[in-house]
Amino acid sequence: MRVAEQSNGPVNHGWPARLHVVTGKGGAGKTSVAAALALALAAEGRRTLLVEVEGRQGISQLFGTPPLPYEERPLPTAEGSAELRALAVDPEEALLEYLDMFYKLGAAGRALRKFGAIDFATTIAPGLRDVLLTGKVKEATTRTTDGNRVYQAVVLDAPPTGRIGRFLNVTAETARLAKVGPIKSQSEGVAALLRSPMTAVHVVTLLEEMPVQETVDAIAELNQLEIPIGKVIVNATGAPLLTSGRVTQAELRQGLAAAGLPTDRATVAGLLTETKAHRTRLALEESLRAELAELGRPLVELPLLPGGVDRASLEELATVLRTAN
Amino acid sequence: MPSDHAAPRLDVDRILADPGVRIVVCCGAGGVGKTTTAAALALRAAERHGRRTVVLTIDPARRLAQSLGLTELDNTPRPVKGIDIEASGGELHAMMLDMKRTFDEVVLAHTDPAKAAEIFANPFYQAVSSTFAGTQEYMAMEKLGQLHARGEWDLIVVDTPPSRSALDFLDAPARLSRFLDGKMLRMLLAPARAGGRSMFSLVTASFGLFSRAVQKILGAQLLTDLSGFVAALDSMFGGFRQRAEQTYQILQARETAFLLVATPEPDAIREAAYFARRLGEERMPLGGLVLNRVHRTAVPELSAEQSLAAAAELTAAGGHDGAADALRVHAALAERAVRERGMAATFTNAFPGVPTVAVTAQPADVHDVDGLRTIGAAISLP
Repeated sequence: MRVAEQSNGPVNHGWPARLHVVTGKGGAGKTSVAAALALALAAEGRRTLLVEVEGRQGISQLFGTPPLPYEERPLPTAEGSAELRALAVDPEEALLEYLDMFYKLGAAGRALRKFGAIDFATTIAPGLRDVLLTGKVKEATTRTTDGNRVYQAVVLDAPPTGRIGRFLNVTAETARLAKVGPIKSQSEGVAALLRSPMTAVHVVTLLEEMPVQETVDAIAELNQLEIPIGKVIVNATGAPLLTSGRVTQAELRQGLAAAGLPTDRATVAGLLTETKAHRTRLALEESLRAELAELGRPLVELPLLPGGVDRASLEELATVLRTAN
Repeated sequence: MPSDHAAPRLDVDRILADPGVRIVVCCGAGGVGKTTTAAALALRAAERHGRRTVVLTIDPARRLAQSLGLTELDNTPRPVKGIDIEASGGELHAMMLDMKRTFDEVVLAHTDPAKAAEIFANPFYQAVSSTFAGTQEYMAMEKLGQLHARGEWDLIVVDTPPSRSALDFLDAPARLSRFLDGKMLRMLLAPARAGGRSMFSLVTASFGLFSRAVQKILGAQLLTDLSGFVAALDSMFGGFRQRAEQTYQILQARETAFLLVATPEPDAIREAAYFARRLGEERMPLGGLVLNRVHRTAVPELSAEQSLAAAAELTAAGGHDGAADALRVHAALAERAVRERGMAATFTNAFPGVPTVAVTAQPADVHDVDGLRTIGAAISLP
């Protein structure tokens, strides 16, 4: 068993990075995993920020809170946790904030919005949009007050695996557009953070062919970009149901009789078919697990939540993540 | 308790066989089997219904693409080999969308080669044509419009992009229009239209403020590139919007059928419901819902609770481990089936008139034409 962490001490072990980027194939549950990881890190005593960037309000849906504004809002945590906050980054607001910070534009910045300038800028230069989003994440990750870090951990619910390379490779995108100037230096700062040991990209997958393939592809892409990979998180794994070898028709019939259940041919044949299909499925999952293991990254398996994801089940996932190495 | 029988049964064969239906659009959240469904329907249309069919895929899984003979991304429909069309006389062609190349073709179609070369070299064009969120959706529509205009096919089956939201497919052209019609673009264009080289020669007070801000943030080179891009776009404006509008009208016509694709999971069902609502608002014809990866039990009379209790009893008594395993497997499956039916019912209750078909979960993904044929049969009425 792990000894409880000091609330401010250097933590840990399983999740050493400060910025945790969570990606995964759409439908693999990356938002739930990101939320659970944020709860786990807060429970370890780290002041944590959970960030979303795709305008989906996935965090507020999970936690059952009103939609998040562009503001860091506290989320309910388990007792004894460090503070956990959530932020939904909006590219327009991020651009205005950026302008304010660097140029003191104030009201002029608001005027830009009235002109549709910001919509325009983030539309015509999508790389710019990503720089603004990742730039905000970098700002939160490195923010200090009185020499102390405001957040000891930042968890980013990032775009899915298909877009993650482009999203994180901000310098390449902006280099095409801005050869000099503050946007260029901003993107270089983001790139440096993303390529440092402070960052880890975790890939969420399911034990199904397409998500596993996308995981393999995404990790190859991130490796090429020299962005550090954290863990491969296998979500929604089924509890083991089998305790013995193959059951014969006769054994099954005897068992059903012993339990006082019907033993007619249809029932016996039906149950045998189901068990056989289950074994086929398990064999496929085993081969996919082996494929994931070959990636050489730590694997963490999270249980399937039969009732869907709610507050209680998020805590359950967080507990599993806390014990991961 | 509401069940999937409450919804009318979707008869895809009727849609695929109907000569009046020229376009089938498959849409839904990412990861629900949209591409596979589109390919399976197209194959069935060719093999069973003798239609000259083309399937436009956006981002197929590698092995599915290979099974359709799509080894290269050349943006042109290619005949799919190894299919059974002798009896029906149908044809199946497949293509994978190349977003950048489609955009290039649009540019070439609307401007002269010299100007096109200038546009292609512009860094803003390169960025927008390869990464603009929405370009893929817009180009999918553009390609659909092209295929339709050529009149070579009886039926075009379209797979929609794996967007953040299924709605992006419908929203992208409007977003592009809004962008092209935007105040900003008009302001940036004013000098270009007036023939001036300097884009900020017509300076209004507020615009001066804007240009100063832009120069400060982005630098002067960027402004030059931007001005070049915007001026070039101007020459293609009318064409762009006109085509987007035409395609939009085709999607509203009776020759089109939208099929929603979902799995019985909360996110996928929610997306399908959003989309169904939007199609209604846009007066676009919704054919029905294909519910993929549905689990069914072979022994529906035996409930999960009963099965679990019996498994526990057998385990406690000992000596019937195999039977206890089988009962636990059945209980998990039965529980899942109940949960999925409840999930499907949330859609059916909200849209009781939408025909639905449930497709049983396959043990493994589909990698070949045989697999697609099996799926096609599973989607269709027995």
